[in-house]
Amino acid sequence: MINTSDIEKIAQLSRLEITPDRAKELADQLQRVLKHFEQISHVDTKGVEPLITPTEIETYWREDSVVQELTPEDMLANAPDKIGNLFRVPPVI
Amino acid sequence: MSMRNYEPVIGLEIHAQLKTNTKMFSSDSTRFEASDNENTSPVSVGMPGALPVINKQAIDFAIRAGLALNCQIRKKSVFSRKNYFYPDLPKGYQISQYDLPICEEGFIEFTVDDEPKKIQIIRAHLEEDAGKSTHQGDYTLINLNRSGIPLLEIVSGPDLRSGKEASVYARTVRQILRYLDVCDGNLEEGSLRCDCNVSVRKVGTEKFGTRVEIKNINSFRFVEKAIEFEIERQIDAIERGESIVQETRLYDPDKNKTFTMRTKEDAQDYRYFPEPDLLPVILTEAQLSKIKLELPELPQQKCSRFQKQYSLPFYDSEILTAERELSEFFEEAVKICNNPKGVSNWMMTELLRELNEAKLTIQQSPISAVNLGTLVGLIDKGTISGKIAKTIFAEMWKTSDHPEQIIKAKGLTQITDPKAIGLIIDELIAKNPGPVSEYRAGKTKLLGFFVGQAMKASQGQANPEILNQVLLEKLKG
Repeated sequence: MINTSDIEKIAQLSRLEITPDRAKELADQLQRVLKHFEQISHVDTKGVEPLITPTEIETYWREDSVVQELTPEDMLANAPDKIGNLFRVPPVI
Repeated sequence: MSMRNYEPVIGLEIHAQLKTNTKMFSSDSTRFEASDNENTSPVSVGMPGALPVINKQAIDFAIRAGLALNCQIRKKSVFSRKNYFYPDLPKGYQISQYDLPICEEGFIEFTVDDEPKKIQIIRAHLEEDAGKSTHQGDYTLINLNRSGIPLLEIVSGPDLRSGKEASVYARTVRQILRYLDVCDGNLEEGSLRCDCNVSVRKVGTEKFGTRVEIKNINSFRFVEKAIEFEIERQIDAIERGESIVQETRLYDPDKNKTFTMRTKEDAQDYRYFPEPDLLPVILTEAQLSKIKLELPELPQQKCSRFQKQYSLPFYDSEILTAERELSEFFEEAVKICNNPKGVSNWMMTELLRELNEAKLTIQQSPISAVNLGTLVGLIDKGTISGKIAKTIFAEMWKTSDHPEQIIKAKGLTQITDPKAIGLIIDELIAKNPGPVSEYRAGKTKLLGFFVGQAMKASQGQANPEILNQVLLEKLKG
């Protein structure tokens, strides 16, 4: 069972603010989602390796060469707050 | 080591920045000197929809390190998301490895105070670094140049028993990584970071005590001091009847103390799950054997080879193989003059002293390996005396010139031609008729006077043996 304290914990980990009413609503919804997926647990998986990715294609990787397409100004263009080319955020400590 | 009947149990987590040109999952540069947020892209600042692509070089470096640390390399390893909230981690998760790391079950061996140690490496996994926060009081500034730089996190077993053992372990890991050329191992710039897990237990108990993690240690000396402090602190607390709190502490080198950073109460729940944006890393036997074949000679192997091949004492070999570049310098110089002990002596007494004083690395040495080898060869051939060699060495240090060039320019060759020495002595005899007749009358202890004068007249360049012979001959009359 998912209860409101589970919701509050998850919200806290993601730094989301949730009212008690909303927590109850989300707990009910999440409970229904989990119940839906619970059907999977009835499948017999004896001897089946856990699946990491459904596509068994070869590993893809890139060579180690620099590509720099955007300037720091571009990268900060949408920042809500900045000083020079640094992002400015609320105090952390 | 036992202290007040307690035994410390220490494990280290070393984060090594891999020396790739680009980041773990994007093509941004990793150049340390870049300006603010210059090395960023949609991937490394965590823009929605931007997808990571694995850097092959980082995988190769991790395998190289894993093999050198005697690890098993997984043929299929998986990246996972480690979720936590912090502004220098803009995606809200770090891509790391969790249950299927690329390297595991290794070990390294070294000696501490002549005692051999074998320390397990539990795992070495790949992950991306976070950005850098600068706290300004009212606000925090974020630079994401470091965000996404590949790290290899090397986790030791809980096998270390003292601060000294821990620091020798960390130095050994650093030395291996530097030999492999996969990490530059600079603690001050943060390209190598050491977190220490420390607990104590009564001697004879099986169960580990509550462990404390010490972060933020930026030198090996501080690794040792921070751990020693922490051991004492924990024993004192237990002896007072207090219990140890599982927490993260920071080390303050000025006060030589550790203090609480965060306790277990606000411990993270990382909610790891396989990274859906990346495929598992599949490695083939061919890939692994290719990297295995390319592994360079490692420091310990090189140290024993130096003792055998060059008949050097352990002491010399250990110093000369401490850094790969130093050992290469030595071997290059020996190739020129074929006198290993001669080169070793010049390097250890003269060159390393000068480098230390000038705070230079061997790569920055104004004296090249070829030039030092030539200098030693010139002494061996008798072209110059050991004394003049020191003058030439000083000049080489100043100008980086080739020793033969300096000898020519300053006219410093040792004079070995008996005729040339004869001319100097003839002149000396002509100038000093008094002492000459006294000598010939039997006052043979005047020989010292003549040797000194002749040497002076030759500006220290006459070969002493030949000078002596010719002088004795000429003084007979």
